[in-house]
Amino acid sequence: MIEVLQLEFMQRAVLAGVLVSVACGIVGTYVVVNRFVFVSGAIAHAAYGGIGLGYFLGISPVIGAIVFSVAAALAMGVVQRKTRERADTIIGMMWAIGMAVGIILIDLTPGYAADLMSYLFGSILTVPWADLLVMLVLDAVIIVLVLAFYKELLAISFDETYASTANVRVEAIHLLLLCLVALTVVMLMRVVGLILVIALLTMPAAISARFTSNLKMMMAISVVLGVLFTSLGLLGSYVLDVTSGATIILTSAAAFLLATAYRAIVGWRFRSGRTPARP
Amino acid sequence: MSSEGGRILSTKPEVVRLEGVWAQYDGVPALEDINLSICEQDFIGIIGPNGGGKTTLLKVLLGLIQPTRGEVLIFGGSPKEGRQFIGYVPQHAEFDRAFPINVWDVAMMGRLGRRGLLRRYDEDDKRVVADVLRRVDMFQFKDRQIGQLSGGERQRVYVARALAGELKILLLDEPTASVDTRVVGSIYEVLEELNSRVTIVLVSHDIGIVSSYVKTIACLNRRLIYHASKEITAEMLEAAYQCPVDLIAHGMPHRVLDLHPAEEAEG
Repeated sequence: MIEVLQLEFMQRAVLAGVLVSVACGIVGTYVVVNRFVFVSGAIAHAAYGGIGLGYFLGISPVIGAIVFSVAAALAMGVVQRKTRERADTIIGMMWAIGMAVGIILIDLTPGYAADLMSYLFGSILTVPWADLLVMLVLDAVIIVLVLAFYKELLAISFDETYASTANVRVEAIHLLLLCLVALTVVMLMRVVGLILVIALLTMPAAISARFTSNLKMMMAISVVLGVLFTSLGLLGSYVLDVTSGATIILTSAAAFLLATAYRAIVGWRFRSGRTPARP
Repeated sequence: MSSEGGRILSTKPEVVRLEGVWAQYDGVPALEDINLSICEQDFIGIIGPNGGGKTTLLKVLLGLIQPTRGEVLIFGGSPKEGRQFIGYVPQHAEFDRAFPINVWDVAMMGRLGRRGLLRRYDEDDKRVVADVLRRVDMFQFKDRQIGQLSGGERQRVYVARALAGELKILLLDEPTASVDTRVVGSIYEVLEELNSRVTIVLVSHDIGIVSSYVKTIACLNRRLIYHASKEITAEMLEAAYQCPVDLIAHGMPHRVLDLHPAEEAEG
């Protein structure tokens, strides 16, 4: 089994899994506690428009995706804040429009866009070294920003009204958080594809939320879980000769079910052995 | 209970002034021509029906809602400048019980306004937070996740958070709304103790509880009726509730009015 790791493409894939897990663990924690999952999905799909634009203009699709997803994140942030009701409708529309723009632009691009499916379903096994470097930089950016604005991010996530009375620039911090989501989404796209982005952003964070009541711990556990899931998923896909992105997701899903069952059993034993918890 | 009358208090320096304030909430008129003067060490209970504009009034004081007309002065300046001296205890009914945060970190949020961007909390902040948590008797629960507390304990944590900002005015929105009646008293005891240093404004729809602790009472139903005294006059009740007084007394009709003569004798 160990010979798997001697394959160069496998080493790159495992490394990509680690780098992606760092971003997912940190940003996914905010996505889960802020209930941003739907917005994250929309940003991911709007990013597809940027990939199309990249191909159309003959520049790197990743750059196109970064520009598009950050623009989409800012637009959705404004929509969320300005029109409190029906924000989800508008976000759903952006989701669809982004994808449609991407498809049309690729149609209009002469030549055969062979790489296209890899953005939809991921291609962790063919991640080039250059992309790993981009991921490393993005990880560093995410870590620095989260460290710098940790107390503000915590405050707006937990109690936005209170944060504004403490003169926190709530709108700016909220947009910053959405931009972090956008950057993470672009990274994830290379690994598991944008269809499966939501799973890696949510599942590790959702599992760790069951075992800790501290935001920093939740991030740390999510990162470790992400590394575990991507590595196990890669190994599974190699052994079973099936698609790697989907295997990673199903590995995470299995872990999520196990964690849920474990908590249910522990909770049941706790309740049956003691007086009921306070209301 | 304080033996001071409302009128004596009004000689203290003024901390909040509202002049002819009108405000809307989601496009619906919520406050009409509010005039109010709050002085240092006041303890005002603002009562009124749900939807009467109580929360809107607090948000106007905090600069979260911009009045359409009139002027709001906090220590002679705008609410955005003045709110650094205000601690706010929101109603927070719709909060996420599963949110991964403990009592200590919630109280620490009270120091947010004191520490600018890119500054970490220091030893000074920790000392203040430990002190305020002890004051509301919640220090022993500092590692507890916030969702595991009872309603009363959680309110005390929010009071601690507000106090951690070293405030001069404390605003409370329905502080006892989701609280077990047994612990309502303990929250008010904390507030009475604080009142020696801090001006307190609390809003509630529950006349019975409010009237036994505050120094003065105002009625708010879009319009504010306030005489800087503890008397609840029939005029106030009528204006605030447009008659159905027994609605407020929760199935004990006239409890409020029965209390009234006794309080007059006391003051």
